[in-house]
Amino acid sequence: MRRLILIAVPYLWLLAFFLVPFLIVLKIALSDYNLSIPPYAPQLDLSQGWQGIKDFFGDLDFENFTFLTTDDLYWKAYLSSLKIALISTFITLLVGYPIAYGMAQAPDEWRPTLMMLVILPFWTSFLIRVYSWMGILSNEGLLNKLLLSLGIIDQPLIILSTNTAVYIGIVYTYLPFMILPIYAALEKLDGSLLEAAEDLGCSRLSAFWLVTFPLSRSGMVAGCFLVFIPALGEFVIPSLLGGSSTLMIGKVLWEEFFSNRDWPVASAVAVVLLLILVIPIVLFQRNQQRQQEADR
Amino acid sequence: MRRFSWFNATALTLGFVFLYLPMVILVIYSFNASKLVTVWAGFSTRWYGELMRNEAFLDAALVTLKVGIVSSTLATVLGTMGAYVMIRAGRFTGRTLFSGMIYAPLVMPEVITGLSLLLLFIGIGLDRGIVTIILAHTTFSMCYVSVVVSSRLVSFDRSLEEAALDLGASPFEAFRLVTLPIIAPAVISGWLLAFTLSLDDLVIASFTAGPSSTTLPIKIFSAVRLGVSPEINALSTIMISIVTVGVISASLVSKRAAVKRQEEERAAVRT
Repeated sequence: MRRLILIAVPYLWLLAFFLVPFLIVLKIALSDYNLSIPPYAPQLDLSQGWQGIKDFFGDLDFENFTFLTTDDLYWKAYLSSLKIALISTFITLLVGYPIAYGMAQAPDEWRPTLMMLVILPFWTSFLIRVYSWMGILSNEGLLNKLLLSLGIIDQPLIILSTNTAVYIGIVYTYLPFMILPIYAALEKLDGSLLEAAEDLGCSRLSAFWLVTFPLSRSGMVAGCFLVFIPALGEFVIPSLLGGSSTLMIGKVLWEEFFSNRDWPVASAVAVVLLLILVIPIVLFQRNQQRQQEADR
Repeated sequence: MRRFSWFNATALTLGFVFLYLPMVILVIYSFNASKLVTVWAGFSTRWYGELMRNEAFLDAALVTLKVGIVSSTLATVLGTMGAYVMIRAGRFTGRTLFSGMIYAPLVMPEVITGLSLLLLFIGIGLDRGIVTIILAHTTFSMCYVSVVVSSRLVSFDRSLEEAALDLGASPFEAFRLVTLPIIAPAVISGWLLAFTLSLDDLVIASFTAGPSSTTLPIKIFSAVRLGVSPEINALSTIMISIVTVGVISASLVSKRAAVKRQEEERAAVRT
């Protein structure tokens, strides 16, 4: 009996606030836009009995999804989100790997401090960390002032409100997600393997390439997914650092809902985004499982 | 075989400069006397004064704290139960669905979580306000609590629980007297994580908030959309300092606890 309550409480909560809302999104994605409150049709009319239910399902269609394919705003937004997420994941890997490697090579007594320095930004507001770049990247911002005073440029660079600023924002905010799994993989590395490689005539660099780098692969893969998955649906970074030309699907969904008040299309956008995310999520799960089995 | 080379040192230095410089600049400029955010006009605490007189921000901060405390407490209870079910309850019908639902919100884009919950609240006719934000925050943060608590539950020795049961404790007593004290650190960090997530959240709160229940992130977002503002710099500085003090003191406390435990273990070995 107690066991039943223990299972039922979180189960029912998740059903009510996770699964049911998602089914509603799916249902509205199949409905039509309508000038009424709420602004979509059909509504389920149970007073009509069986006929009402039949009419309701008869009126659902895939019109919104066909609409998404015909208006190029949407597929361009999906493609550009994928592109931005991929490129920024790659840059985060390039920036994060040397830091994680440096942490793994550092003396033991530094490690707790280094760990804390990487984790601290996690606890700091995401919004504030994105915002902190607005003052640096703007036309009269600190970066331009510095470059102008050094005489490197004679015209301020336009960085804020471009995709470059979005890349910087994603790399900056998600960097800890990349560093931590790579560091975890490097820390477990058995040092005697490297000694063996060097005894057998490897240079330090080739020992790194042939031993350390391949053995940190699972950490890199985990880090890349941890950056890529949230970056794909990102809303705050493109709307604060990006410009009107920055197309990202999270922003499109937001505007479709709040500005155009087209709930059925916003829901269809959400469903397609989720379908795109299923692939990387499944791959990530596999990587984690393989990792766990290897650890055992 | 570790060798800390100049390359490692440069990577670490540049990396941490990159991670911290933007925040340091933000803190410095919050003490700028000028309203022009990029021109330094001398030291002043003017913006802190203006911030304290801005009632809209204070109201929003109060709403954010209320939502944070209630939702993270609910999320900790539900998330701990969820973790316990996942690790200890064995097989039951619908277990796959349950584990799917408990991990899915971790990877769900915030815009989708927000949209779906809003559509639910409208569907059942619940007025948007502080209650709807609490429900939304509880749902997504309970999953983070579950992950934290279940990693602790996996690693602890089950025979302790079994011993308590053999000695006549009821399952609830065994949980309260044996399991809970052992998983307490994970439960506490789960609560802190849920609390931070709630304080931090903009997207889900924007979908589920009503006109009377603006949270601090919503307020900050609508202010900075128009550009950099010295008042927001001051607010950010306050928030950054609270987090820094909190994280550093938490790590000192846990370090002291670890040292103390080691000493006790050593003393126990000696006797």
